[in-house]
Amino acid sequence: MTLLQRIRTGAGPEVPGLLAFLAVVILIFSLTADRFLSLANFGSIAYQLPELGLLTLAMLIPIISGGFNLAIIYTANMAGLTLAWVLNQNGGPEAGVWPFVYGSVLALGVGATAGAVMGAVIAYIGAHPILVSLAMMIFLRGLGEFLTRGGDISGFPDYLAFLGHGAVFGIPVPLILFLVCAVLWHILLTRTRHGFAARMIGSNLKATAYSGVHVKRTLVLIYTLSGVMCAIAGILMLARFNSVRVGHGEALLLVTVLACFLGGVDPFGGFGRVAPVVLALIVLQVLSSGLNLLGANQHLSTAVWGLFLVGVMILRWGAGKWKERQKRE
Amino acid sequence: MTSAPAIHLRHISKVFGGVKALQDVDFDVGMGEVHCLAGENGCGKSTLIKIITGVYQPEPGAEIEIFGQRYAQITPTVARKAGIAVIWQDLALFAEMTVAENIAFEAVLGNRPRRVRHAEMRRDATAALDRLGVHLDLDARLGTLPIAERQMVAIARALVGEARLIFMDEPTASLTQTETDALLSVVRTLSAQGVTVVFVSHRLAEVLEIANRVTVLRDGRLVGVYLAEGMTQTRLTELMTGKTFDQHVAAQDTAASEPVLEVQGLTRKGEFRDISFALRRGEVLGLTGLIGAGRTELAHVLFGMTRPDAGTVTLDGRPVRFRSNRDAVAAGIAYVSEDRLALGLIQPQSISDNAVLAVLKKITGGAGLLSDDRQEGLVAHWVRELGVKIGKPGDAMNTLSGGNQQKLVLAKWLATQPKVLILDCPTVGVDVGARAGIFRIVRDLAAQGLGILLISDEVTEVHFNADRILHMAGGRIVGEYDPRQTRVEELEAAVYA
Repeated sequence: MTLLQRIRTGAGPEVPGLLAFLAVVILIFSLTADRFLSLANFGSIAYQLPELGLLTLAMLIPIISGGFNLAIIYTANMAGLTLAWVLNQNGGPEAGVWPFVYGSVLALGVGATAGAVMGAVIAYIGAHPILVSLAMMIFLRGLGEFLTRGGDISGFPDYLAFLGHGAVFGIPVPLILFLVCAVLWHILLTRTRHGFAARMIGSNLKATAYSGVHVKRTLVLIYTLSGVMCAIAGILMLARFNSVRVGHGEALLLVTVLACFLGGVDPFGGFGRVAPVVLALIVLQVLSSGLNLLGANQHLSTAVWGLFLVGVMILRWGAGKWKERQKRE
Repeated sequence: MTSAPAIHLRHISKVFGGVKALQDVDFDVGMGEVHCLAGENGCGKSTLIKIITGVYQPEPGAEIEIFGQRYAQITPTVARKAGIAVIWQDLALFAEMTVAENIAFEAVLGNRPRRVRHAEMRRDATAALDRLGVHLDLDARLGTLPIAERQMVAIARALVGEARLIFMDEPTASLTQTETDALLSVVRTLSAQGVTVVFVSHRLAEVLEIANRVTVLRDGRLVGVYLAEGMTQTRLTELMTGKTFDQHVAAQDTAASEPVLEVQGLTRKGEFRDISFALRRGEVLGLTGLIGAGRTELAHVLFGMTRPDAGTVTLDGRPVRFRSNRDAVAAGIAYVSEDRLALGLIQPQSISDNAVLAVLKKITGGAGLLSDDRQEGLVAHWVRELGVKIGKPGDAMNTLSGGNQQKLVLAKWLATQPKVLILDCPTVGVDVGARAGIFRIVRDLAAQGLGILLISDEVTEVHFNADRILHMAGGRIVGEYDPRQTRVEELEAAVYA
């Protein structure tokens, strides 16, 4: 395969449509909102995108394997709480870099554990992923509320601002973190045996097992990695808000699902790629910041997201019909 | 036939994007007749059914008469009003609804009644099932019934809709021998009640048993209409494929080669007991018997899917105990499942991904990452080796015909370089012409030294292709035959007795 072909197949057939969509959205906003085409605006998009982006990556792989992870938000915040607790134990604002490092490792461990438990129940007991992750979500929320008594934890060292608001060569640090994770996820899904198996499991678990694939181990790994990605999002959220609360980002849960489906991920599993999902995230983020600049209410922009998904589904349906007709002629 | 024919078609053609699916086909079915429509996949059988039922419109110039009435155009509604019903292979029933609801669905619920009249539904359903001479629990959820009983529900539903002409598309494809016999007797009952039945089937033996006449299509053209009486399977195969097959016993003497798989006293409670046999290198060992004899259950134990309660399995002289099918695959056992659609392949995924699923390690390159080049190379090799006809490797699996899908299943398993290949009903849903191709591959593999366990409920298939035949019944091996010394009729008598 030539490099161009590789890029084309690697990105998937959804990409040209989403790019066109993005171009249209940018064109409309740059004509209507005068501050839209400014560095400040794109800067704010670049800082807002990564939280949602990381959580979407955490949602993506369970969906591709034919499952779901409803616990992503609380897993992220539980991991954030773990890090916050370690930092507070070590002097809060005066904490050094070392507590941050091992606090982060501990946070990743908490995320991985939450994911692994869900994966094990789904794989070995055969329970439905929605039920299992719902149970985990409720458990984590309850536990978190109990530990924090429903309040915020704040007072972190200043160097965390670099992670949440800093930039390297003008590129926001959160964005770098997100892009690295996205590339790793792309490699996981297209270049590793577990990623390959996850897609096959998403289409037909039994047939995959008959082919001699260790489907249970793959499922446990998928949910564990999803939990780790949640923890990364949780650490980033801690750095961006300079505080942790169990309910942070609750509204993002279904937006991650929205982003996956906009990015052409099959809701029934088996098919999905990282690149179009990232593009879908950018479209969503651009939409909401454009509407914001036009002075629209924030709730209205959420409503527009919903309309947008319906619009995309209708367009896809139309494109499918059109292709079918082309084939028959 | 003295009365007007049930179906009288002239000059039926249908073109799809330049491909001539049907070319000037005439088709007649007599009133009350059991008629068979035979032909390989892609010969135009389904297109013809879809034209008669109004799903497709024929090209101009067609003449259509149904029950003596001429139609300028047929729509699905017109076809249903004329009394035509089709029972598709997937049955189109509601798994979550009860038997009674499924049967009476169109007649009672289809008219959008103000309220659901359960008593009426049950009465209609009972009446329809009585006509078929079948007893089913009206309140059972359809999804809990075996396929054969669901089929009866589908037929009963057609009767409630006052069907006078029923098309059955491959009705026996997933039935056991006894279930098939039951279905055939229901078809006879229908025929005696004046219902015309058009039967579409790959299985030639039952076609010849049930039909009055056979219409053969090949490549979208009418080959001819033949009386079933006096027709032989071989002749019918030749008509369908346009090729001559001389079916002869392929068995060879393999007594000299050493055993690769030995089974001693293998037992799994409730499934089979005290199974002992040896499979030699280069041998095709046939295992036949009715469904329910424990054949697939035995295969599952040999493939490590389930654990035996007693007995030993020896592979290449070493005792083996598999904890999962992964152990079996690693030890060199491959299993081609009887359920190709659900277990053999992952239908929506690509041909290429299906082909490498059992050998992901082999396409892993440097840094433990999968290599596209290795995958492409492996797929190209096996597609060429087995002569699988595919479009692009990236096309979805379900774009292939049954025969080519089965070849791809073989390719997937041969890539694991097995010592023992277990084939469980490898020709289910595969065209007659393509079957010969599959058995040619099987014989080639045996010649290369593979031990092959060929499981099938089609006795003729085992007889012509195996070196030795084991007969399994009630969970035990009850007989061993040499195809060179036993006539196929004797074997059939023993198995179907």
